[in-house]
Amino acid sequence: MDHLVSASSAAALFQALLYLAAAPLLVGWIRKVKARLQNRRGPALLQPYRDLRKLLAKEVRVAHTASPLFSAAPYIVFVATWMAAATVPLVAVNLPTAAVADIIVLVGLLALARFFLALAGMDVGTAFGGMGASREMLVSSLAEPAMLMAVFTLAMTAHSTNLASVIDFQLSSDFALRPSFLFALGGLILVALAETGRIPVDNPATHLELTMIHEAMLLEYSGRHLALMEWAAQIKLVLYGALIANIFFPWGIAQSFAPAALGLGIAAIAAKLLLLGAALAVGESVLAKMRLFRAPAFLNLALLLALLGLLSHVILEVGA
Amino acid sequence: MSLTTLPLLQQFVLVLAALVLFTSFVLLSQARLVSAIHAFAWQGGLAAAVTTVVAAAGGSTHLYFSALLTFALKAVLIPWMLHRLIRRLELERYVESLRWPALANMAAVVLVIFSYWLVLPMVQQELAFTRNIVAISLAVVLIGLWMMVVRQQAVAQVLGFMSMENGLFLAAVSATAGMPLVVELGVAFDVLVAMVLFGVFFFQIRQSIDSLDVDRLNRLTETAEEEAAGAEFDATPRRSQPTAARPAAMAEGE
Repeated sequence: MDHLVSASSAAALFQALLYLAAAPLLVGWIRKVKARLQNRRGPALLQPYRDLRKLLAKEVRVAHTASPLFSAAPYIVFVATWMAAATVPLVAVNLPTAAVADIIVLVGLLALARFFLALAGMDVGTAFGGMGASREMLVSSLAEPAMLMAVFTLAMTAHSTNLASVIDFQLSSDFALRPSFLFALGGLILVALAETGRIPVDNPATHLELTMIHEAMLLEYSGRHLALMEWAAQIKLVLYGALIANIFFPWGIAQSFAPAALGLGIAAIAAKLLLLGAALAVGESVLAKMRLFRAPAFLNLALLLALLGLLSHVILEVGA
Repeated sequence: MSLTTLPLLQQFVLVLAALVLFTSFVLLSQARLVSAIHAFAWQGGLAAAVTTVVAAAGGSTHLYFSALLTFALKAVLIPWMLHRLIRRLELERYVESLRWPALANMAAVVLVIFSYWLVLPMVQQELAFTRNIVAISLAVVLIGLWMMVVRQQAVAQVLGFMSMENGLFLAAVSATAGMPLVVELGVAFDVLVAMVLFGVFFFQIRQSIDSLDVDRLNRLTETAEEEAAGAEFDATPRRSQPTAARPAAMAEGE
């Protein structure tokens, strides 16, 4: 028994570290695919790691108007995002982290990170920081209900809000075409695009004053602080990717802690994330960024999809 | 009886029916006329697909014919006619300003719940595997009706009307495994004739009020119309010089 507990804890720790290690790689992969689609060679796959190392070695400069909150925020944002990521099964299910936290805790941790990010954006008192914070709050206040609604659709089918139980349910039941899952998947993808600041809502590659959301809040950060903030954003991207890949397509995830199963789990999630990243890069290449004032309509669509998922579960799947 | 006990083909019917409902929402909130016509064509195609799969799953061969008829009429012919119509009315770039789009959508969600509540006793009879779709088709009918209420543009209202017909067709397929062929043909020709008549009416309406915003039909006097012209959003791009526009519109109508 002891040996089993230690094995599962070790797997949980390994998975959490894997999130840290894999996050820059996914971003590098997406940039690479985007560059190839634009007929450029693009930076090396490992470039995000080099950027992080460079930033970590650099001196931190803090504006003289900044309060202690400004220096504390990067650590809080990083740790909260990392903890949220640790609750999402990446290579294996039935980890001890899944037992302590369900989807609602996950949403709460992400909200905590976002809250401090927005506070830090406003702290120094520059115009851009405040603008970015207010936009971030606009987007997230609309994205959060849509995400919860999509998640409740899954929870109603699996009779649990625990991610591990949802995945177990998916793996143990026979293959079924569920209209509710289709809608929930659509809604969750739209929410993920908005929450991770990808193209139809925000452009991660721009520092143009009028359009940026996430970058606007980070303008005053430098050195170690900036590295942590960017790393947290990369982890968030992997988190959403793993959430979508493992809930809707859970096949290949490790159900035991044997080395062979874990190896297969790593290979499966790597393949799924590479596919999702390539799809994201293609989507970003063909879509144009929306005006900010159209973002509410975009997120209303996400909410509508999630609601339809809920309704089609009740109407079509439960029966009388 | 729950979803997992059904064969895969019958689950596929449910997925397609859910997509029909989704296209209804797209139709309701689509501000651009051309995109709305595309959404309508998708809805027709999906309704035909539902019929085909029901025919394959339930073994009723006469449904193949009605699927073919629906596809030809609702997914190809009527969208094409509407396209030609708005090209001749020069409305390709027309974007309707929807009032409270989110609220209209939420009202449509309420309509879905209402129609589910309405057919609940019928669902409990466990008649056929398609029984769950009856609520969806009723919702499509109600959303089509709702679209005719909230839209002011005549072409958009016609789209709402046509999508109501889609809902009725879906109800017929799901509740009773299709109507007799004679009835089906009759309905198909009715819809086609209605489409032609609508086309004539569009030109008539635009000739008399120089716009396809049917709210303006409520105003009777010339003065009211002139007041409104300055203040309100108008449909045709040539609204700014009505005297020049009128002969052109008449020439087009002939």
